[in-house]
Amino acid sequence: MKKSMMTTAVAVAIAGGSSGAFADNTAAALEQYRQMIQDSNPAELVEMEGEELWVTPRGPKNATMEKCDLGLGPGVVEGAYAQMPRYFQDTGRVQDLESRLMTCMENLQGIPSEEVINGKFRQGERGKVAALVAYVVGQSRGDTINVDLSHPKMKEMYDLGKQMFFYRSGPMDFSCSTCHAVDDKRIRMQDLPNLTTPEGAAAGWGSWPAYRVSNSQFWTMQHRLNDCFRQQRTAEPIYGSDVTIALSVYMAGTANGGEMNAPAAKR
Amino acid sequence: MKKMLMIAPLALFAGLAFADNHGEDKLQKMIQSSFKATGQATMDRMKQDEVQKACSDTDSLDDATRKKLEESQMATIKWPSDGDFYKGGDWKQGHKIAWSGRGLTWRDKPDSEVGGGCYNCHGLDPAEMSYGTIGPNLQGYAKIRGRSEEIVKYTWGKIYNAKAYHACSDMPRNGYGGILSEEQIRHVMAYLFDPESPVNK
Repeated sequence: MKKSMMTTAVAVAIAGGSSGAFADNTAAALEQYRQMIQDSNPAELVEMEGEELWVTPRGPKNATMEKCDLGLGPGVVEGAYAQMPRYFQDTGRVQDLESRLMTCMENLQGIPSEEVINGKFRQGERGKVAALVAYVVGQSRGDTINVDLSHPKMKEMYDLGKQMFFYRSGPMDFSCSTCHAVDDKRIRMQDLPNLTTPEGAAAGWGSWPAYRVSNSQFWTMQHRLNDCFRQQRTAEPIYGSDVTIALSVYMAGTANGGEMNAPAAKR
Repeated sequence: MKKMLMIAPLALFAGLAFADNHGEDKLQKMIQSSFKATGQATMDRMKQDEVQKACSDTDSLDDATRKKLEESQMATIKWPSDGDFYKGGDWKQGHKIAWSGRGLTWRDKPDSEVGGGCYNCHGLDPAEMSYGTIGPNLQGYAKIRGRSEEIVKYTWGKIYNAKAYHACSDMPRNGYGGILSEEQIRHVMAYLFDPESPVNK
């Protein structure tokens, strides 16, 4: 059922291209297609997997994640993601959701963070983190993005994230800003959010993590950022490293006031 | 021995340059601890040359510096060794290069073919619907602009090193950066200028 809906939408998109008013029709058809995949969002399956994982005893300590503190107190998941990244007093660090989940897995379950950091996306413990991410993020759906930037370490990470966003390097001179600092641009047919404006940042940050229909994969923000840097032709960002967290603080901080609509479904 | 000699003055220079800029020092530290070499994507890719550095903070980039950068980038352009800008090029090969956005990522083999990725940002063949809009639309390139020596030379230079014309252009320095060979640039030129190319149909 889901599949046939998508096929129809693609056919509509292609048919739209053959007419004279090609650009308008194609944009409209693509928008229709995006709506359709939102209505049958496969990310919900990953959310359910994560929800189950949250209450499953695992690791050397055979414990669940139910006492994990995501910033609103141990075990409070609802609304937690809309306020992340945030500064955590117990670790003395600004953490995004994925680095925070690693802290909980290590402390509560005894699963070493290295297993996630040195792992591969969608596999092993890193794959488990992704499922937990889907669950936690889903519990902030519809909430207002509300990241507190008042702590000096949050301010610092926001500034560093902004500098990194504009940092050009590598054989193609790219930075995040090459693609994400102007309104209404595309790479090929892919619309690019302008992450330097509140509206654009809300559209971008508010719709990730996401299930990508094009490759049938659920991608976390760490995964998304990793692939952005791959396409920028830089060296590889380490999973959960400060650069990735700083960029997340910059994006989420800019998106403040927008709505969380993740995990979303994407083309 | 040689290495040590070079590192010492560099370190000194870095120390001086960053002494009055705490934020930049912190950013560099964060970059060093946050990235790792994977495949051909080594850590030297995180270092900036003067253009990259200046263009990461365009608010504090003045016109004089911008002009200076453009001049030094202009001096890097290698014009076609045999004087042939596009006539010996093959627009069909040019299309392939313009279409391919592959190469140079940590997943690509170091010796794998590198594309120009032109379609990521530019419209070229008017019949092709999948093109990006970060750069200007180049559909009907030579049909509109003609084939004067001036435009042909400008186009070669722009492909070879776009920063010679706009210091902070979004476009990669295809020739200077070693992304495309002289032969590949000639094919792309043919794609833009050959009357038989679909770009000009």
